[in-house]
Amino acid sequence: MLALRQVDYWATVHRRVWRGTVVTSFVVPVFYLAAIGVGLGRYVDAAGSTAAIGGLSYLDYVGPGLLAITAMQTAVFESTYPVLARFIWQKTYNAMIATPLRVRDVLVGHLGYVVLRLVTTCAVLLVVLALFGVVHSVAAGLGAVAVAVLVGLAFAVPSFAFSARQENDSGFALLYRLGLIPMFLFSGAFFPVSQLPAAIAWIARLTPVWHGVELCRALITGGVTVPAVVGHVGYLLLWVVVGWWLAERAFRRRLER
Amino acid sequence: MAVNPRQLRPQRVPDARAETQEPLIRARGLVKSFGDFEAVRGIDVDVRRGEAFGFLGPNGAGKSSTMRMIGAVSPPSAGELRVFGLDPVTHGSQIRARIGVCPQEDTIDVELRVRENLVVYGRFFGLSRAECRARADELLAFVSLTDWADATVEALSGGMKRRLTIARALVNSPRLLLLDEPTTGLDPQARHLVWERLFRLKQQGVTLVLTTHYMDEAEQLCDRLVVMDRGKIVAEGSPRALIDRYSTREVTELRFADDGHADLAGAVTDRVGNLAARVEVLPDRLLLYANDGEAAAAAVSRGGLHPTSVLVRRSSLEDVFLRLTGRSLVD
Repeated sequence: MLALRQVDYWATVHRRVWRGTVVTSFVVPVFYLAAIGVGLGRYVDAAGSTAAIGGLSYLDYVGPGLLAITAMQTAVFESTYPVLARFIWQKTYNAMIATPLRVRDVLVGHLGYVVLRLVTTCAVLLVVLALFGVVHSVAAGLGAVAVAVLVGLAFAVPSFAFSARQENDSGFALLYRLGLIPMFLFSGAFFPVSQLPAAIAWIARLTPVWHGVELCRALITGGVTVPAVVGHVGYLLLWVVVGWWLAERAFRRRLER
Repeated sequence: MAVNPRQLRPQRVPDARAETQEPLIRARGLVKSFGDFEAVRGIDVDVRRGEAFGFLGPNGAGKSSTMRMIGAVSPPSAGELRVFGLDPVTHGSQIRARIGVCPQEDTIDVELRVRENLVVYGRFFGLSRAECRARADELLAFVSLTDWADATVEALSGGMKRRLTIARALVNSPRLLLLDEPTTGLDPQARHLVWERLFRLKQQGVTLVLTTHYMDEAEQLCDRLVVMDRGKIVAEGSPRALIDRYSTREVTELRFADDGHADLAGAVTDRVGNLAARVEVLPDRLLLYANDGEAAAAAVSRGGLHPTSVLVRRSSLEDVFLRLTGRSLVD
């Protein structure tokens, strides 16, 4: 497996950044859960409007969805600038494909690193959720982390394809503002998408992140069903598969000219 | 007495002559096109083991495209290409495992330190960590960067980065080294250091294939070269043979006080007669291509023409190059 020859490369890169990422991936969800889950949640719970959110406390409602949202954000950040930099500023990919590594190996290697970042970020977040009393079962928690990592991949792989087609970083600002932020706000993590106008609710349901939020919440708060798992996981995998096809094409076009 | 049956089979004796005669790189009718644009328009090349082979040409001649095809990262659009007898399209990984590539632009990883760049790169070739570390130290010494092993890449000068790139290209102990403009942008000291190291590699039997638009580089390093222009090979041979064929032994450069060099060309041609094979008019001087430059200069002054300066020099590859590819500027 040629792709494994990149382990030392990514380990060396990671050694420079991991301390910072662990701290932020712990501190940021603490902020969110304290402000929105606990602070805002007190008003929501007091208003007695929890029927719309399945009778859950607002903290229990928001917490699990945070896993999917965080995975989405981590995945997109890790798959935009770091990818473009290796094409145009550092040309790391070009250096890699001058070795026995093939374009596919390079793609697998970098995606593997993104998965590692997703696993650690989501695992830390799971610990935070447990500290806030949101997680009641280890198995359910680990299942939700696995789903969140899959959500991350459903965003990372298409983002690799997108980044490989950029000539400069101006497209990223657009992607963050018109893609990431609306998906963050309207993914169903903070309120049910059924509260949105019907047409917009359906758009929200087409995003991978909504499927991740729903499934993470169902896993952690209980009430998960097999058809739901199959449906959500299947839809997320579809994004990974189509994204892979696009990403490999884009990488080849750029590296094997 | 037990006889190992395998010993009875006739051993295939490697034919030393076939080994040396089989070209390391063989291209026939090689084409690379990008959409409607043909960067390489059907070239034939043979590079033999152990030689230093150059692709010489102005910008846009197709040198880099050719190098990328040989380096098995860019599939040919048409024609046949074999490197180590293998097809780069189907055996790219195997070919790349055996070559070293020093690209035109440095692709050193700025996130890694100097030594880390070598160690990590060696791993891509499947070398063990211990081998990578040993190789890294050996190569840092070879390119005189031992003291910079733990420095960041940003701290290196242009010449040092180039040397690091060359060291990295050697991490897998390649028998074939591809160098795309190895000394472009380097100061004279740095260039000479790179040339000296490349010469040492050549003496160790490494086959060098390089592109350059520096004539002195081609003359210094190449046993044989091809001149490329607009995607085609326009001449081929050793530097000396090319000079003999396309130029004269010497060149006499004449400058006159007034700017009318073109007007004087007729008179000069008339005076030198058959002492000069060719007279070339440039805006600021006249070039007499002659086998005896002094004699040509003497004929000019005997004929009553008095240039303000006369320079007799050996003909160089530059004269060949400019004759073949023209003097107009290529963007």
